[in-house]
Amino acid sequence: MVSPDFENSFQKKIDSEIKIEPKDWMPDAYRKTNIRQISQHAHSEVVGMLPEGNWIGRAPSLKRKAILLAKVQDEGGHGLYLYAAAETLGISRDEMINDLHTGKAKYSSIFNYPTLTWADIGAVGWLVDGAAIMNQVMLTRTSYGPYARGMVRICKEESFHQRQGFESLLVLSRGTKEQKEMCQDAINRWWWPALMMFGPHDNESQHSEQSMLWKIKRKSNDELRQNFVVMIAEQIKTLGMKLPDPDLKWNEERKHYDFGEINWEEFWQVVKGNGPCNKQRLEARRKAHDEGQWVRDAAMAYAKKESKKTPTN
Amino acid sequence: MNKDKIDFILSLADSSLILAQRNGEWCGHGPVLEQDIAITNITLDLIGQARCLYQYAADHINQSADQPVNPATEDSLAFLRTEREFKNCLLAEQSNGDWGQTILRQFFFSTYQYFLYQQLKDKGTDTTLSAIAEKSLKEITYHVRWSSEWVIRLGDGTEESKRRMEAGIENLWPYTGELFAPADYEEEMAIDFKTIKTKWAEKINSVLTEATLTHPDGGIFMHTGGKTGTHTEQLGYILAEMQYMQRAFPGCEW
Repeated sequence: MVSPDFENSFQKKIDSEIKIEPKDWMPDAYRKTNIRQISQHAHSEVVGMLPEGNWIGRAPSLKRKAILLAKVQDEGGHGLYLYAAAETLGISRDEMINDLHTGKAKYSSIFNYPTLTWADIGAVGWLVDGAAIMNQVMLTRTSYGPYARGMVRICKEESFHQRQGFESLLVLSRGTKEQKEMCQDAINRWWWPALMMFGPHDNESQHSEQSMLWKIKRKSNDELRQNFVVMIAEQIKTLGMKLPDPDLKWNEERKHYDFGEINWEEFWQVVKGNGPCNKQRLEARRKAHDEGQWVRDAAMAYAKKESKKTPTN
Repeated sequence: MNKDKIDFILSLADSSLILAQRNGEWCGHGPVLEQDIAITNITLDLIGQARCLYQYAADHINQSADQPVNPATEDSLAFLRTEREFKNCLLAEQSNGDWGQTILRQFFFSTYQYFLYQQLKDKGTDTTLSAIAEKSLKEITYHVRWSSEWVIRLGDGTEESKRRMEAGIENLWPYTGELFAPADYEEEMAIDFKTIKTKWAEKINSVLTEATLTHPDGGIFMHTGGKTGTHTEQLGYILAEMQYMQRAFPGCEW
């Protein structure tokens, strides 16, 4: 039995904006929720390397190739910080990766969409990283200390990625007819999936209420989504492109953009595993892990031999 | 600058770029996240080297007597030359194979690059090339360290890792001789390939020994031709992928 004192002082800390640290007492459900969320976030970074990595070999200039490589590498780095943050809650990276590979742990559904043309790389940076940032800026103030601090660093890099994505689309939008078409087409395909990244409507969101109370989350799905729509609806004017939503219009009374309804059937199908790339993404991760097993085994075996050679004092 | 010099710089750039293109295939697929990030770092360094060298070559091509109608740029040199025009060493274009083969390719290449670039840095007759070499050497020193540590770890790791490393050496060794056989355009560059070869062999030997791996004997047949544009079949596919956008959408800004 947990003493109600523990529960009370925990909630008091949260209420007075004191971060929860790894060695502090915390309710099991708080620990579990954070493990679920942080590991899901880490997996998203690592799986997210795949759709963008898809264009490293075909990037249209050396400069773009270097930018893309550095970006995908950053995502890998984010994965590392986040796995490390989750490990402070008492789970190992191996366990988390295993949960990903068995399908027990999820990752962001957005990465189950394909990157079909070069313009998709710009659209992913602008829209997908842009949507992620709305969520991540909020998470720099999340109640679990290691997660919040990790997010501060991640946010700096993500906002850079978003600007790079936008700049890449800006070049296309000022280019040839084919480049403009490529740009609009990518926006058409990524817009709705980007809106889905914020998750179900507030009234259907499973974990939201408790997460708000524990200040793991500080803004609701619909609130974040609305902020994103406003930001993008303004930015797209610079591109001279259109968002593929006939219902999108400025609402003078509410001082924001109204927008159309998301196709929730598609959302749930992708979550369930029926998106265009679910199978291949997971397969690629499993393959990398399985084919890397001998490398990790050898490194461990070598480290063991070495530690025997040099006795520690 | 004469044509030999331009060809020489292009060959340096091509080797860095083609190896980068190969290493880039690992990004997102590495055996462990830390090493995925490490090899991508090396890939970025190689692209950086290629860009400096192509820009330098482009300047000279554009100033030369038979300057092209469209000025050469780093991108025209990387994306608009054909497989018979590329001058990278054959080693750089060999497939990734498993992680062990990729490590060995990097180790053989970076060690060669290390001793070659030392000479380019010290020669001093071409201050730009010397500066590029000096900058690159900082990176190459790390590439040699990283790859040799992995050769040792995998050679002296498990039975399986040793077996894979031995197979990797067998696959790649026939492409190492070309590194020290001067192409016609290299004759004039006053590079002491003999010394590079000796130092390279010493380094390779000591690392393979520490890794408890068998050193290949001297009689193995060596393939050549990459530096003069006669490649393995692999290069055509590398270029088909790498050059796709520039070929499909010519003359665009990206």
